Amino acid sequence: MGKQINESKSSIKNKAIGNTKSEPLIIEYSSSGRKGYSLPKIDLPNKDQELSELLPQNYLREELKLPEVSEVDVVRHYTLLSQKNYGVDSGIYPLGSCTMKYNPKINEDIARLDKLSNLHPYQDEGLVQGSLEILYKLKQNLAEISGMDEVTLQPASGAHGELCGLMIIKKYFEDKGEERKKVIVPDSAHGTNPASAAMAGFDVIEIESNEEGMVDIENLKEVLDENVAALMLTNPNTLGIFEKDIIKISELVHNVGGLLYYDGANMNAIMGYVRPGDMNFDVLHFNLHKTFSTPHGGGGPGSGPVGVKEFLKPYLPIPLLRVETNSKESADGTGRDAKFNDNNMECHEIGTTSIDDNGAYDGENQEKDIYKWDYDRPQSIGKLQAFYGNYGVMLKAYSYIRKLGANGLKETTENAVLNANYMKARLKDEYHLPYQENSLHEFVLSGIKQKEKGSSTLNIAKRLLDYGQYAPTIYFPLVVKEALMIEPTETENIKTLNKFVETMKIISREIEESPDLVKNAPHTTPIGKLDEVKAARETNLRW
Amino acid sequence: MSYISNTLQEKEEMLKTIGIAKMEDLFKAIPQEVLFQGKLEIPAGLSELELLKEIKEQASRNSSLDEMNSFLGGGAYDHYIPSIIDHIVSRSEFYTAYTPYQAELSQGSLQAIYEYQSMICQLTDMEVANASLLDGGSATGEAVLMASRITRKKNIIISKSVHPAYREVAQTYGKQQGLVFTEVEIKDTQTNLEQLDSAIDQNTAAVVIQYPNFLGSIEDITKIKEMLNSFKRTLLIVIANPIALALLKSPGQLDADIVVGEGQALGNTINYGGPYLGFMACKEKYLRQMPGRIVGATTDQNGEKGYVMTLQTREQHIRRGRATSNICTNEALNALIATIYLSVMGKHGLKEVAEHCLRKAHYLAEKIETIPGYIVLNKGNIFHEFLIQPPGDTKVYYEKLKEKGILAGIRITSLGYKFDALLVCVTEKKTLKELDQFINALEVVKNG
Repeated sequence: MGKQINESKSSIKNKAIGNTKSEPLIIEYSSSGRKGYSLPKIDLPNKDQELSELLPQNYLREELKLPEVSEVDVVRHYTLLSQKNYGVDSGIYPLGSCTMKYNPKINEDIARLDKLSNLHPYQDEGLVQGSLEILYKLKQNLAEISGMDEVTLQPASGAHGELCGLMIIKKYFEDKGEERKKVIVPDSAHGTNPASAAMAGFDVIEIESNEEGMVDIENLKEVLDENVAALMLTNPNTLGIFEKDIIKISELVHNVGGLLYYDGANMNAIMGYVRPGDMNFDVLHFNLHKTFSTPHGGGGPGSGPVGVKEFLKPYLPIPLLRVETNSKESADGTGRDAKFNDNNMECHEIGTTSIDDNGAYDGENQEKDIYKWDYDRPQSIGKLQAFYGNYGVMLKAYSYIRKLGANGLKETTENAVLNANYMKARLKDEYHLPYQENSLHEFVLSGIKQKEKGSSTLNIAKRLLDYGQYAPTIYFPLVVKEALMIEPTETENIKTLNKFVETMKIISREIEESPDLVKNAPHTTPIGKLDEVKAARETNLRW
Repeated sequence: MSYISNTLQEKEEMLKTIGIAKMEDLFKAIPQEVLFQGKLEIPAGLSELELLKEIKEQASRNSSLDEMNSFLGGGAYDHYIPSIIDHIVSRSEFYTAYTPYQAELSQGSLQAIYEYQSMICQLTDMEVANASLLDGGSATGEAVLMASRITRKKNIIISKSVHPAYREVAQTYGKQQGLVFTEVEIKDTQTNLEQLDSAIDQNTAAVVIQYPNFLGSIEDITKIKEMLNSFKRTLLIVIANPIALALLKSPGQLDADIVVGEGQALGNTINYGGPYLGFMACKEKYLRQMPGRIVGATTDQNGEKGYVMTLQTREQHIRRGRATSNICTNEALNALIATIYLSVMGKHGLKEVAEHCLRKAHYLAEKIETIPGYIVLNKGNIFHEFLIQPPGDTKVYYEKLKEKGILAGIRITSLGYKFDALLVCVTEKKTLKELDQFINALEVVKNG
């Protein structure tokens, strides 16, 4: 066995990722007078006028310190930095709750089309009908997938979506004259749930999960009263387990007048199988950068559209995208404001564009459609972003949905769940599986057996990096000790999964046979284990 | 057409390992009562070829900025984007990476963020900066919340010369925490300083000013800062245009406490309003109240320099309900774009871009003023935007110019201002020919 470990050690040396030499900062390449740009000459009569004649002396900046580098310097520097990074294109990225699936390249091409990207947000609606049509169809698709009645695309991230949804809930109760202060969040919830609730001005009540990792109905009953505004849930939850009592839970919450919020982080587990709207959720957010394949960008941009049931529509952010048909416009003939009154039956909402028998969009109808932004929304929560949200990300998500179609989406969910369950089946003997319940797209292991032998989950995660594979989400959810939260996604195949499983097993053996190898990991990454305490104590946040 | 590569045979093998007979059994934990029985009403999937064809057809109903002579600005700016930017950010090690939680395999993203923070500090002349926020609007919202936490006061004074959408976002954010907003009127396209002075009192948490302001004028921030001197714990929040800062006295020199802004102008595609990035910098003493991610330098066990996310106890994944903000995903790739832009344009290039903007805007404004009937409203100093009033109905003029392929500016009544005018914006991309075409068209539409 020892021999095998040594072999694997030597082979990983060869697979070291990126350059191991530390790369200077871009400013260190700077040389006074060096330039990396080219701009046209200024060909105006005022080209020689002193700047102080155009701007008063006391407004003029004295000194600007920025790098002075060549184009080649910049290209090489950032190319080298990219080599110190690991993306989905580098290999498996099994971060639980993050849905790091493959990011199709066609989406990137589409989002870069000049006719789609070179548009100003204040361009007239008439000049951007193609884009608005795409956004409208994206909204329709998201509503259909989730079983909700209306969708806003404005929130720029999942947490932004949560904040938006909670503001909607708050405004709804304000308008009803009810002052409800409590938002209930299970202890297994994402950290953004309580943070968003607090930011929206609610008091957060955390409830303990039961032994099966699900909402404890008795605990829930205890905190439910007429002061509860909402219960935030993700289903399946962060353990990957489906809350089977969801209908009962929803009735309990609705019976005290509270609402149900669905955290869409785990939507990849249910497309085509369950719809949050059918589970009686009133509000939800999507993560287009998880479920709908848009790239994470090293931490953004994301996109977090919010869906609501009919009765919450008036509270959605300003503006809301609407469609009307040409024929009706000519009959109406009034201005935008009148047309888009909520009670006006002439404007169409989600679900009106028809699909023909072959499952394609009905082309004839589209020609008549006019898409518009509705600003006249007196009950709205207001604005969350300056413009319409992360449009470029929406284009990629639409492209993905359009490419997959209904069957492709369902197939995606099936394979996400198949992959996760396959890995679970292959790992549950080597690592402790704290919850035996059926799980969907992700599962949580505990490293307690390994911890007893001296290596923590953090050590295991770092050792995985040595093998050129990214680590799962660790120490989350908080309800599991030494948690390893694994979500392979549907785009990995059995070969990649097997490789990861084998690596996890090798590491478990290494913990017994060469513990220092694991405890001191990583060894082959561009840099060794970094001192986070030092980073926080001796803050060095800039050059 | 999905992106699944397990073959039918492999799927069988996997089901066997799991110990179940068929796919549906994977979902048996879902109670029958909530199982979706129908088929999603989403059209059948397409091949890549069909998809591209369909999307291009839809896109053909748009008119891109390159097909018109556009003078639109107002927080989204059509600047030149050097070629190298898209080439570098298209490296998939950057764009397909997650938030850099495993620092050892994320040194590329982390070092780039450290460089971004450094350059935002240099540009604003502030002591510390974060790794980005969602956009200029939400950055303004986060800034007022941060000021309220620091000062433990609830009153925010915001000038009506601040971007109307940023004001709306700030209020949407602020009212959840019970913040009270007072809007100060404008006078000659600038903040009415007398009214501002009388509005500030010991309960004021912060004064919010845009620099240059939404209407194009450069505010007298020195004077505004003086007004605050007699009050303890009242912060100055400056929303800055990063390109203008190449020429304008820095917010740091003007003694701003928190500086935020929209970073789109730094190399990001205009993209119909997003994704953009909000930047935020502040005095170091406020660091622990700053929202969002922050990257710091440290060393590994061999003393090698490296970078990690730091001061994370401010953040939601550690502090949950008591975090400084709920922000998780930010705009990392857009911040990378800004970093590359600031590097390649550098000290001289950024200044040259700003000079183009300044000189071209002045040329255009002066020419328009000489056309009888047209008025330039800005009495103060401008950078690259200004307001014009045509001799008749602004809407009619706007439409007539549009027929000539000119987007003459933003009609400010559409954003809530009580008087109408066109907010005209000029960047380095405008040629003398395009400026003169606009000037000629203004004369022509006036005469017929």
